[in-house]
Amino acid sequence: MKQFLIFVKKEWLHIWRDRRTLFILIWMPVVQIILYGFALTNEVKNSNIAIFDQSRDVATLAISDEIAASRYFNLVKNVSSYKDIGATFRQGKIRMAIVFPQNFQYDLLHTNSSQIQLIADASDPNTANTLTNYAQSIINDYQQSLNQNQQLPYTIKAQVRMLYNPELKGAYSFVPGVMALVLMLVCTMMTSIAIVKEKEMGTMEVILVSPLKPFRIIIAKAVPYLFVSLVNIITILLLSVFVLGVPIVGSLWLLMAESTLFTITSLSLGILISNSAKTQQTAMFTSMMSLFLPTLLFSGFLFPIENMPIPLQIISNVVPSKWFYIIVKDVMIKGLGFGAVWPETLILMGMTAILLGISIYKFKIRLA
Amino acid sequence: MRMLKFLLQKELKQIFRDPGIIRILFIMPIVQLLILPLAADYEIKNINLGVVDHDHSEYSRQLVNKIVSSGYFRLKDYSPSFNQGLKAIELDKTDLILEIPTHFERDLVKDNQSTLFIAVDAINGVKAGLGGAYIQQIIQDYNQDVRMQWIQNPKLNPQPTIDVTSSDWYNPNMNYRVFMVPGILVMLVTMIGSSFAANNIVREKEMGTIEQINVSPIKKYQFILGKLIPFWMMALGVLTIGFIVARLVYGIVPLGSYFTIYVFASIYLVAVLGLGLLLSTYAQTQQQSMLVSFFVTMIFNLMSGLYTPIESMPAWAQWVTKFNPVSYFIEVMRMVMLKGSGLADIRVHIFAIIGFAIFFNTWAILNYRKRTG
Repeated sequence: MKQFLIFVKKEWLHIWRDRRTLFILIWMPVVQIILYGFALTNEVKNSNIAIFDQSRDVATLAISDEIAASRYFNLVKNVSSYKDIGATFRQGKIRMAIVFPQNFQYDLLHTNSSQIQLIADASDPNTANTLTNYAQSIINDYQQSLNQNQQLPYTIKAQVRMLYNPELKGAYSFVPGVMALVLMLVCTMMTSIAIVKEKEMGTMEVILVSPLKPFRIIIAKAVPYLFVSLVNIITILLLSVFVLGVPIVGSLWLLMAESTLFTITSLSLGILISNSAKTQQTAMFTSMMSLFLPTLLFSGFLFPIENMPIPLQIISNVVPSKWFYIIVKDVMIKGLGFGAVWPETLILMGMTAILLGISIYKFKIRLA
Repeated sequence: MRMLKFLLQKELKQIFRDPGIIRILFIMPIVQLLILPLAADYEIKNINLGVVDHDHSEYSRQLVNKIVSSGYFRLKDYSPSFNQGLKAIELDKTDLILEIPTHFERDLVKDNQSTLFIAVDAINGVKAGLGGAYIQQIIQDYNQDVRMQWIQNPKLNPQPTIDVTSSDWYNPNMNYRVFMVPGILVMLVTMIGSSFAANNIVREKEMGTIEQINVSPIKKYQFILGKLIPFWMMALGVLTIGFIVARLVYGIVPLGSYFTIYVFASIYLVAVLGLGLLLSTYAQTQQQSMLVSFFVTMIFNLMSGLYTPIESMPAWAQWVTKFNPVSYFIEVMRMVMLKGSGLADIRVHIFAIIGFAIFFNTWAILNYRKRTG
């Protein structure tokens, strides 16, 4: 045990005395969570639109005002022909155009029927859909205000309640995702480099001739990074609560425990990568390629997994961050207890055991 | 000029005699283009629906049928009480609960009015917003059907109605891949441009071969050009491979001309390669240059509008994207490929990217020292 502690101390000094790396380790998550937490959002707002108003009467002006005043739209141009609409779209200036026909109000009052055309730039299908829906509901509201006193017969009303995130803020789904991304990058990349570095510098030989068991050597490597990651988890949580305004609804202790578990999973993955890599460059490249993209794609925070083809859905199950993302979402935002997340916890534990097992099995006591 | 020819010969030989580079160069773009667009499908469909039906009437069944047959919703859960329905949401089994109250049909027919209750899991705001909107639209349609059963439709509408028609230009089938593939191409070209170029020079530093160049009469600009041109050609080659894959696999043919894209890409690559060179003049080891270029490309890619729309970002972040060359190319690529924009439409982007090219390359040349230490 004493030997083990000495090894941990040695590893700790490695990190502590390399101030530049320590600085990056502590500050990178802060920068990332702020940058991505604020900037990565799918919320659609302030979209630029143009209006082609061929009747310019009271009704069309009222609707245009309503639309321009909403926080989703930003009226940038009044166009005067269909050709103009196409040109403005091609310059990338607008996302949607609203066309009012001639005699809009006249038709509305006399024949009780008028038309509005919404033209969306569907090159981004989601934004197009969302914008069309928003515009439609604003127009519906206006129409409702016209026939306020009349109650239509046989009306079905729908009351919609948004659970967990009533303001539909983007940060609620991105914070858990960024948390998984950052922890994965820091833990896995750093441990894998730390071990390979000893190989490259030749100091591994010194360690290998020591009486310490391989298992203990590996654990001693990982312990200091576990502490650094705990500091990272705390900073990320503090930032998300106080800066991004995403509350921790569930139990803080459960969240901390699950994050520690995920950190250990990432660390074991890092150890495994370092075992098979010969140079720091390969280690770094492997951890980036095998972690960054899969975490981004398959954890489910950027792209819905259920939309992917079946083979990719199966692959996504192997990505640890997918399970961690589900856990954080459940505990932090939905406020559920351990009873709801035990299957995911078990999966993460199983992954850790397998990864650690393989690394210990593959850890070579002999040089080359 | 002769000197440059020799340098180019050396660089090309170095690149083509390294099988690893060739493999990465040809296989990486193809694999990424095959996998990424399949995974990056953000279309909102397959919303999992949970139903709590207290009424069990003809109407409630019709309504549920209508919702499920719309194609957006999949009926995943049928619970006897709202609390049990909520459990299904907590377990991620469903995304949305529709609660039909007791006497839904009776109230609708007798009292002329009935209320449905909908609860949406809103952690993913976009999905919740669209899901809520879709289901409300379907309910309204159903409402219209019911009304038609009871009332004879008058010749004119009884009260003012505005008929909203919507058309989706440039991508009428709402195909998400058409949107993602051009962006992914940009990402690939950028990664090859910046990290490969940066690593290449630092490698000469680490191996010590840069010394030989430093003591030769090669001028600074000749050295930089000698490094730039081969990677410039390689990146354009990767872009071409990408276009071929996009055409053969996804059937994506640009609405605008290839010429416009290549004009922009040539200038853009000069800028990106300049950035790579700049990073390499600061780095001493390959590890440093990899870490830094990885960090820079990660921020560039995530803040480029590839995954999330730039307009949705807060004002300061939108301002940051103005300094991100990747965001310009992604916008241009989408404009030309999907909307058929021409050179005149993208002139602002061209000027901006020329600015980047001059800025990065001047800095890189000024910062490149022919002395060691």
